[in-house]
Amino acid sequence: MIDCKHNTELLSQSYDRPITLRERIAMRMHLMMCRGCRNFEKQLAFLRKAARELPRKL
Amino acid sequence: MSDIDPEALQGHRSHLIRYAMLQLRDPNLAEDVVQETLVAAIESRAKFAAQSSPRTWLVGILKHKIVDLLRKRAREPQLNVAEGEDENELVDALFKENGHWADPPQTWNAPEQSLENAHFWNVFEQCNQRMPLNTARAFMMREFMEMSTEEICQELGISTTNCWVILHRARLALRECLDMNWFGNAR
Repeated sequence: MIDCKHNTELLSQSYDRPITLRERIAMRMHLMMCRGCRNFEKQLAFLRKAARELPRKL
Repeated sequence: MSDIDPEALQGHRSHLIRYAMLQLRDPNLAEDVVQETLVAAIESRAKFAAQSSPRTWLVGILKHKIVDLLRKRAREPQLNVAEGEDENELVDALFKENGHWADPPQTWNAPEQSLENAHFWNVFEQCNQRMPLNTARAFMMREFMEMSTEEICQELGISTTNCWVILHRARLALRECLDMNWFGNAR
C-alpha cells in the first residue's frame, strides 16, 4: 500500500508521463481510502486547467 | 482580413509583458522578447489569419520567442536547475514521516467560478512568483507553453526523473499557495 506522499507523486506524474497499470491500481486503491488525496487529485486537475487558461485571462 | 495596424498591436503590449514576465521574471528580458514579438508581428501581419484573435496570434508568436530565449539561456551556465533546500522543506512540511499528509487537503469551494474572477488570476500570478525561478519555469513550460516533459528536460538540461520531481514540487507549492491565499484554508 503506497502512502500519501508517494501517491501524490504518481498523481502528479500521471500528468507528465504514461502511468503503468500497476501504478494506476496502486493509486486507485489509495484514493478509495484517502479523502485528502481525492481532494488533491481534483485540485491537480484544476491547476492544469487554470494554468492552461491563464494566457487568455491575463 | 490582413491589415492589422501596428498601433493596434501595441495595444496588446501590456498583456504580452505580463505573459512574458510569468515565464521569465525579468523585466528587461520580458521587454526585449515582447519587442521582438511585436516587430515579428508587424513584419508578418499579412499572414495573420482572421480566424484567430490578434491576441491569440500574438501570444503564439511570443511563446516561440520565449522558447528560443530559454533555449539560448539553457546553454549558458546560470540556468542550473538544482534547487535549494526550501523545496525539500516544502515537501517535508506537507507530509509526516510516515508519508501521510500532515494536514490533508480540504475541498475547494467552487473552483470553476474562480476562473471567472480577476482577483483569482492575481493570486495565481503571485503564487507563481513565489516559486523558485526554475521550478516555476519548468511548470510554466509544461502547463502554459504545453511543452512535453521530454522537451523541457532537454531545454533545461536535466534528467527526466528530475523533471518530474520539479514539476511535482511546483504543483504542491502552487496548490498550497492557492489553498491558503484563495480558497481560504488558512492554517
